[in-house]
Amino acid sequence: MTEYQTHEHDVLIIGAGGAGLRAAIEASAAGVSVGLVCKSLLGKAHTVMAEGGIAAALSNTDERDNWRVHFADTMRGGQYVNNWRMAQLHAQEAPDRVRELEAWGAVFDRTPDGRILQRNFGGHRYPRLAHVGDRTGLELIRTLQDHGIHKGIDVYMECTVVRLLKDGDRVAGALAFYRDHGRFVVFKAKAVVLATGGIGKAYKITSNSWEGTGDGHALAYDAGAELQDMEFIQFHPTGMIWPPSVRGILVTEGVRGEGGILLNNKGEQFMYNDIPPLYVNQTAKTPEEGWRYCQGDRDANRPAELLTRDHVARCIMREVRSGRGSPHGGVFLDISWIKTKLPNAPEHIKRKLPSMYHQFKELGDIDITKEPMEVGPTTHYVMGGVRVDSETQMSRVPGLFACGECAVGINGANRLGGNSLSDLLVFGKRAGEYAGQYARQQGPTQLDAGQVQDAVRWALAPFERDGSEGPFQIQQELQELMQNLVGIVRREDEMERALVGLAALRERASRATVTGNRDYNPGWHTALDLHNLLTVSEAVTRAALARKESRGGHFRDDYPDKDPRFGTFNHVVSKRPDDEMRLEQATIPEMPAELKQIIEEMK
Amino acid sequence: MATLEMAPPAEKTASTSKTATLRIWRGDVNGGKFADYVTPVSEGMVVLDAVHRVQAEQANDLAVRWNCKAGKCGSCSAEINGKPSLMCMTQLSHLPLEQPVILEPMRAFPSIKDLVTDVSWNFKVKKRIKPFQPRPPDAPDGTWRMSQGDVDRVQEFRKCIECFLCQDVCHILRDHQMHDEFIGPRFLVHVAGLEMHPLDTADRLKELKEAHGVGLCNITKCCTKVCPEHIKITDNAIIPLKERVVDEFYDPVLRVLRVLGLRGKS
Ligand SMILES: Cc1cc2nc3c(=O)[nH]c(=O)nc-3n(C[C@H](O)[C@H](O)[C@H](O)COP(=O)(O)OP(=O)(O)OC[C@H]3O[C@@H](n4cnc5c(N)ncnc54)[C@H](O)[C@@H]3O)c2cc1C
Ligand code: SF4
Ligand code: SF4
Ligand code: FES
Repeated sequence: MTEYQTHEHDVLIIGAGGAGLRAAIEASAAGVSVGLVCKSLLGKAHTVMAEGGIAAALSNTDERDNWRVHFADTMRGGQYVNNWRMAQLHAQEAPDRVRELEAWGAVFDRTPDGRILQRNFGGHRYPRLAHVGDRTGLELIRTLQDHGIHKGIDVYMECTVVRLLKDGDRVAGALAFYRDHGRFVVFKAKAVVLATGGIGKAYKITSNSWEGTGDGHALAYDAGAELQDMEFIQFHPTGMIWPPSVRGILVTEGVRGEGGILLNNKGEQFMYNDIPPLYVNQTAKTPEEGWRYCQGDRDANRPAELLTRDHVARCIMREVRSGRGSPHGGVFLDISWIKTKLPNAPEHIKRKLPSMYHQFKELGDIDITKEPMEVGPTTHYVMGGVRVDSETQMSRVPGLFACGECAVGINGANRLGGNSLSDLLVFGKRAGEYAGQYARQQGPTQLDAGQVQDAVRWALAPFERDGSEGPFQIQQELQELMQNLVGIVRREDEMERALVGLAALRERASRATVTGNRDYNPGWHTALDLHNLLTVSEAVTRAALARKESRGGHFRDDYPDKDPRFGTFNHVVSKRPDDEMRLEQATIPEMPAELKQIIEEMK
Repeated sequence: MATLEMAPPAEKTASTSKTATLRIWRGDVNGGKFADYVTPVSEGMVVLDAVHRVQAEQANDLAVRWNCKAGKCGSCSAEINGKPSLMCMTQLSHLPLEQPVILEPMRAFPSIKDLVTDVSWNFKVKKRIKPFQPRPPDAPDGTWRMSQGDVDRVQEFRKCIECFLCQDVCHILRDHQMHDEFIGPRFLVHVAGLEMHPLDTADRLKELKEAHGVGLCNITKCCTKVCPEHIKITDNAIIPLKERVVDEFYDPVLRVLRVLGLRGKS
């Protein structure tokens, strides 16, 4: 029997990014005891990397904006397979969530009359993103962190959850280990909130950190919850591509929001050559009009560079494939050109995009105020996640909630930039509130020592094996497989091959062996992550195979068009009793007339 | 491979066949020693990439902390050739590779393993600092008005990524180990960000002088030199705080005015 400590909380929150922190603050405000667990140190979660801003119809910068426009933009961006109720709640509640951050000490950039300034972003009709230069995520996470540490929340840092524990159908807690010395710890709880973020590490080229291994997705799946929309992955059009070691690191869309343009190697602003019908009415006819829009001209339409991410990413791929790419296989993103328009352009760029300036200067030896950047698509965000109730964020497993990137809902087939940070706040708050409420209404849970020991044995297995292969090689092959066979452009035969490949990798993962002991051992951590990566990769592939059309983040070479028959349902995967993955279609409920009317009006 | 797959031209990825020797401190709180690892260097590679390569190919259990790989999270702090730096923002090509690159954990904090240190003290310090307390909202809708000019100063402090490199280099913590008396430059920046916040109404001057130990700083500016966010820690945060403390506790005229309620926080 392996020893472990036990902690008891009413609500256990797994993940301390924006979603988890916001949930923890709300649950503790409800007067229940809250534990917050995270794999990294507090304040280092992925959210810290967010750059461009938080989308909320504050209507500070343009008073024509309101929640109805934001709702319609979000639905259009998601190609109408979004959960419309969540998209509505998100648009309605985001402004309050942003203002609340200001009350907790956040310092956003200001309008001339002293209110929160908003910037343009792809797919948003009006300037809508509250921001702080290009370090909005840092502002958001630090504000929540500094507010939250005074609320009596117990924080367990560098502690990795490996399995959810159950009491009958109900969730009863979780087993975790401390990364520093590998000691096990059991959290007993009445409600558990998953806020574990994304799955980017299933791909080779990604903007995500090591944490993005889909843990919450897999924990929920193994505990009996459903995952929805897993075929929809956002490939952000502008990642760094050169030098090789920085490949995938994000270049914020804020660069284009500030007037940056995309050019091919002939110097053509190619985005103007292909404007999708859904967006013709709101897109600039000429680059000149696009620039006027970026400067705040209210009669101008958005530049073609600010079309949705899925579309921009595909246009970039097409330029590259047609031989019009940049030297290292991308295209050019140029913000330096604005010096022909603005007298103090270099200072302006450094003030609005300081961390981009810094990042290119120090990692790429490029001065973005003087020369163009080279960019290409990078795996960025997963629209799919744990299927939850629209109001409460509870999954089909009683007591198990999910919010943030690991949950599914508002985004449909494609997320608009800025809609994630607001999603974290809106649904983080809701998850915390309802988890607190649930915990107060329910009696205590019983822990089953057998389940704990079983999970501990599973976690320690990599040390017991005497295979010849470590986990890193397997992880790398998995990332290459997903990148090559289930990437931006997908095809039936390739995805069938991916499924075969994934099964083989799963088999190898079950024999992966680690050396050393349990002290801060990345080999061991990677070996355990493999299970999660394999689970989400299989879910992505199965859902993508079944969606025989192209929509949003999901593009099929063999079915390049959108097919209305696929616009009426979502794909849902769950675990069958025999441990195989079941894929089903879940019909999208009929939208109420008032919401339909909003969409109609905003066409 | 899908038809649209992008791959960089092969000859360009393997641009050099140079190698570097990393001399990495391996050990834990009970002590340790340096171990040398030779690893190939490609264009633009940063120290963290090289460490990861060693980890994947030669030492699976080599401990290193990181998250963003883009200088945004402040996780990968270490001492590179003796200088406190972020491993993800230090290009190998900017180091003299004819000698081994010496990698050590931050020495001002207890070791956990290899390049990872126990920085939990910092999180405890922050909890002791009086939190933000805004004045009542300016507008009926519960919002405030602040001009960009008024927030510029605070925004500089709020850029801090909590890498704790400044804490690592400050002699009061590193050499004199005065962790109970001094909160260190990082948290003086934090206090400055609160004290100079246009909306904040809390008063932290007494704590600054007593519990936070602002007087212990003797303005060596070592902290400013290592800050990867280029925050002018000493000039913009610490010195103004010292001045406020002096005004509060040693200037009789201001003191009387304050007692009479004629002068609030600035
Ligand atoms: C570079 C970049 C820029 C972005 N810019 C923007 C932007 O400008 N606007 C916008 O809206 N969105 C942006 N996004 C997207 C957005 O940042 C993320 O979707 C969002 O931050 C996710 O937040 P989260 O709270 O769901 O999870 P995360 O912030 O990813 O946090 C996950 C948490 O879960 C913990 N965790 C995970 N697994 C476990 C486990 N097994 N046990 C314990 N803890 C665990 C982690 O330690 C972490 O604390 C950006 C993303 C990236 C990568
Ligand atoms: S200036 Fe002050 S805080 Fe900074 S390193 Fe020197 S003594 Fe420490
Ligand atoms: S002030 Fe600078 S050096 Fe100190 S922790 Fe913050 S970012 Fe790091
Ligand atoms: S890994 Fe985030 S700062 Fe280096």
